[in-house]
Amino acid sequence: MHIDMNNENEIILDNIYFAYKQRNVLKNVDLVINKGEFASIVGPNGGGKTTLIKLILGLIRPDKGRIRVFGKSPKKARHQIGYMPQYAHLDMDFPASVMDVVLMGRLKKSNLWFSKKDRTEAFNAIDELGMSSYVNTGFNELSGGQKQRILIARALCNSPDILLLDEPTANVDHQTEENLFSILKNLNSKMTILLVSHDLGFVSKYVKSVICVNRQVVIHPTTMINGAMINDIYHGDLKMVRHDHRCDPKGHHQEGHNHD
Amino acid sequence: MIDVFYAIFDPDNVFLKYAFIMGALASISFGIIGTFVTTKRIGYLAGAISHCVFGGIGLALFLQVNMGLAWFDPMLGAVLAAIIAAVTVGLVSLHAKEREDTIIGTLWAVGMASGILLIDMTPGYFNLASYLFGDILLISGKDLLYVACLDVFVLSLSILFFNRFFGVCFDSEFTSLRGINTSFFYLLLLILTALTIVLLVRIVGIVLVIALLTIPPAIASFYAKRLWQMMLYSCLFCLFFIWTGLGVSYSFSLSSGPTIIVLSGSAYLILLIIRKIM
Repeated sequence: MHIDMNNENEIILDNIYFAYKQRNVLKNVDLVINKGEFASIVGPNGGGKTTLIKLILGLIRPDKGRIRVFGKSPKKARHQIGYMPQYAHLDMDFPASVMDVVLMGRLKKSNLWFSKKDRTEAFNAIDELGMSSYVNTGFNELSGGQKQRILIARALCNSPDILLLDEPTANVDHQTEENLFSILKNLNSKMTILLVSHDLGFVSKYVKSVICVNRQVVIHPTTMINGAMINDIYHGDLKMVRHDHRCDPKGHHQEGHNHD
Repeated sequence: MIDVFYAIFDPDNVFLKYAFIMGALASISFGIIGTFVTTKRIGYLAGAISHCVFGGIGLALFLQVNMGLAWFDPMLGAVLAAIIAAVTVGLVSLHAKEREDTIIGTLWAVGMASGILLIDMTPGYFNLASYLFGDILLISGKDLLYVACLDVFVLSLSILFFNRFFGVCFDSEFTSLRGINTSFFYLLLLILTALTIVLLVRIVGIVLVIALLTIPPAIASFYAKRLWQMMLYSCLFCLFFIWTGLGVSYSFSLSSGPTIIVLSGSAYLILLIIRKIM
């Protein structure tokens, strides 16, 4: 597939292969993420969702292929990306206040200690997620949904251009998830958002595209999906999602993609 | 117990005074490094390092006696072995994801075994128990100076790089995304751990040092909300256990290291049970 390298393309994955323990996790992946995108990454466990995120962050390198973020290598573009890892990976007994955790987002190579500005930015990020009354609370005293919000605040407090969230809605109830998505929708006016969803069938109404990852990667617009179709998908009829479409400001165009 | 207080100030008992001063100085490094080791959950790595120290002590004794290298004293051997072990263990845990525990376990055992073999090959009598379980009678004025220097070193690096160490312990991946060289700070942390272990082996010995490194922070974590608080509480708990242990061991003529460990270990278990019941 030929990829047009224009400026609107914030993330470009070009013919990516990635294997782990002799097993192909990602194979022949082409993906272009445009500015202002709000996409949900879905797919079965072990299908490569987290791998995709880590490739974009430059935490792992592809065996084959090329990744460009803002036209740079992922490592060089890192400072423009806000990242929220899977929350289960963190030690929940770690002694830290909410402020301590969020300030990590202000870590810099050049500064040993946090400045007043760092603290202000961290506070603003916490406030943006509606958690300002918890600034001095212990991180481990928060509920699951509150922890997720704090980790999003940490990803946000350096004003990133892209927000990558790995399972931001794992272990939270429906209401919390709804609140989280409305916060993300507001943020989407300022930045591109990619999130990994734990749910295969259901995606939020705020999401603009769905990226299906199962060794191969296919992106679909959600504008094509109406209420009845969501219902169908939710009941497992995944054929309703069209795999040959791509949302584009100029209209839909065929990309000739086929699932398996 | 009161006789301990008189004994401390008895000029004939200078070793006891040294032991109490050593305990106070040691608590600072133990509390700080122990907190990092506990929160980063690398007690196992610290165990491997401490057992490798024994290999270094054995090598030093071997070279001193057999090769006539008088300047190669056990302390130097221990420091060298500890730093080499820390870097090796650190690189293994950073890069050998699959076989990590096997490799660390092997280093642990081989370090210990080679120490014993080297001592076997060295003529003369060496009191192995004093290295394994500590011996406060061996503490000298020079040791106090070493530990005071270690405190200054550990304290200044911990204050200087507090935010980086915090990041490495809590979420290393995220910290590396912020442009921080996490591998470097992880190895630095392991080297500080190694130095702390070496200098404090005098009090509790190679086998028990890990307990004193991890039990006070474990208790501190019950009460601390932030990392620096945990360090402060760890230092205080550590001081309390070392001093109480020294007092009890002196009063009842027991080995000081095991007394300190049994005291702190039972305190931890009792507090744990009380917290579960409450």
